[in-house]
Amino acid sequence: MKIAVCVKQVPDTWAEKRLKPEDSTLDRESAEGVLNELDEYAVEEALRLIEAQGGEVVVVSMGPERAGETIRKALSMGADAGIHIVDDALHGSDAIATSAALAKALEGRGFDLILFGSESTDARMSVVPAMVAERLGLPQLTFAQKVEVDGSTVRIERQAEYGYDSIEASAPVVVSVVEKINEPRYPSFKGIMAAKKKPVDTLTVADLGLEPVTVGLAAAWSAVDEFAARPPKAAGTVIADDGAGGVKIADYLSQQKFI
Amino acid sequence: MQFTEEHEHFRESMRRLVDEEINPFVDEWEEAGIFPAHELFPKLGEVGAFGLEYDPEFGGGGADHSFTYVMAQELGRIKCAGVPMAIAVQASMATPALARFGSDELKKTYLEPTLRGEMVCSIAVSEPDAGSDVAGIRTRAVRDGDDWVINGRKMWITNGTQADWLCLLARTDDSQPGDYHGMSLIVVPTTTPGFSVGRKIEKMGNHSSDTAEIVLDDVRVPISNTVGEAGRGFQQQMAQFQDERLVGAYIAAVGARKALDRTKDYLQQRIAFGKPLLANQYLQYKLAELYADVDTVEGFLQYAADKYLAGNDVTREATVAKLKTGRLTREVADACVQFHGGMGYAEEMWVARYFRDARLASIGGGADEVMLRVITMMEGMGKK
Repeated sequence: MKIAVCVKQVPDTWAEKRLKPEDSTLDRESAEGVLNELDEYAVEEALRLIEAQGGEVVVVSMGPERAGETIRKALSMGADAGIHIVDDALHGSDAIATSAALAKALEGRGFDLILFGSESTDARMSVVPAMVAERLGLPQLTFAQKVEVDGSTVRIERQAEYGYDSIEASAPVVVSVVEKINEPRYPSFKGIMAAKKKPVDTLTVADLGLEPVTVGLAAAWSAVDEFAARPPKAAGTVIADDGAGGVKIADYLSQQKFI
Repeated sequence: MQFTEEHEHFRESMRRLVDEEINPFVDEWEEAGIFPAHELFPKLGEVGAFGLEYDPEFGGGGADHSFTYVMAQELGRIKCAGVPMAIAVQASMATPALARFGSDELKKTYLEPTLRGEMVCSIAVSEPDAGSDVAGIRTRAVRDGDDWVINGRKMWITNGTQADWLCLLARTDDSQPGDYHGMSLIVVPTTTPGFSVGRKIEKMGNHSSDTAEIVLDDVRVPISNTVGEAGRGFQQQMAQFQDERLVGAYIAAVGARKALDRTKDYLQQRIAFGKPLLANQYLQYKLAELYADVDTVEGFLQYAADKYLAGNDVTREATVAKLKTGRLTREVADACVQFHGGMGYAEEMWVARYFRDARLASIGGGADEVMLRVITMMEGMGKK
């Protein structure tokens, strides 16, 4: 089985994130870059599948030079090889352009399974897995809390508010996973040292056969017109209970349109 | 020491393991007087925390000492001293001699599963009547055909109630009693008939780590369980002590800095006489002095680690590191208690535990007085 896992480098979840004033894109230098947490679960799931059934795991990431660290992190968990899509022309790409680049990098490589984390902690749109599936003409099994591969049938439990749906499709297939699916391993010392020697191919926009004008900030379908720093927290309203506290709280909630 | 991206990735793995698999359970383990070594150690084994510097052919990592330094620094972030001590026993105190001098068969049988964390081990040197005076041990192993028959008692055995095997120092040649010649390190499986845990010792601190007195009554193990050459046990153990003392000091120094950081935060939040306590210049200067001391000790530890890394004998450095880090830990702990006032004396905060645990830093792994004795001899004072 040949599995691709698409991973993203995101700013540290706990760090204060900033936008760059000159082009309103994320200031990636302002916070440490880490492997998007949900993508770790996708890498772990891929490793478990090949540990059980044999095969190969390739990590695919689009991002600037330093996203190479994130690929290396996934390799240290045990993935076999990496593909790094890196090109200045990609700066500021939206989900549509990202999905185009990922789809080009993935197509024709014979992947049976393409795994994603169900969302990134920075953009939080959850659309890239579906877009990539659409571009590749593959079935999509999203929000998986469990994945089973039985021959060419891929079966998942799709997480839902009421429990889960069991759905299946024939490989090749795109799957996105939620955090319930597993407990990602800690990269081991040996895995970390082995990752140094694993192959990582780099691909540019030209290598992918994409027109530079179709990707990047200028081609994005949405734009940030303006932004401002989050205002400091206002002092809360204190209601002293003089016997009518309940009514006052209800009035307040009503004014705020909560009730 | 130069840290690379690989060091940082390993640090991140160790940090996550400490934050997710250890720190959330420390209170519970401290209360229970023991931690589940057979549950925790396989997780550490998987990440490669045991045997970092040992031969990869026998389950080691083939790393250099700088990775041990990184690991110890992360162990220093554990919210008690008992668990990091227990981990360090397995990683750097009970296994170095076996890894260096043990036969291939002994390493396959005992070292490999220990490095995977499937087996738990202890170092058994001290006795009820001989602690710092290692040459004074009385536990005897007498040759009987292809076996050693061992009799004696061992004291202060960390991991002792949970261990699968001990690296045990015994007297194997009686021709020079009371001398350091004629001792051997022997691997003793704890399932051997005649082996028993005499008692679990209640201690002032390090509550999460089980400490036992061990009784050996006609314990029969094969001569092939001898680590390296019979009769070289004392020298092997002295070499093994250098790893123990250095790693112990690395861990303690991080703990001291962390204790100062937490105390500083507390003094910033605590209002007295209308201002944060930290506005008090006496407290500022006292903390500054202690930070300066921690900086100095850390600098020395890095120097010692570099010297070890370059393949030099570090007996002197390990001795000084143990002595100075131990004393500083006690001083820091005392200041932290004092500056927390009543809360420093209450069990509900971390400070009281730190104070109790810190006291061992000048006793375990060789008391301050033993360290001073080593330095005395190196300086040509006193008698060997």
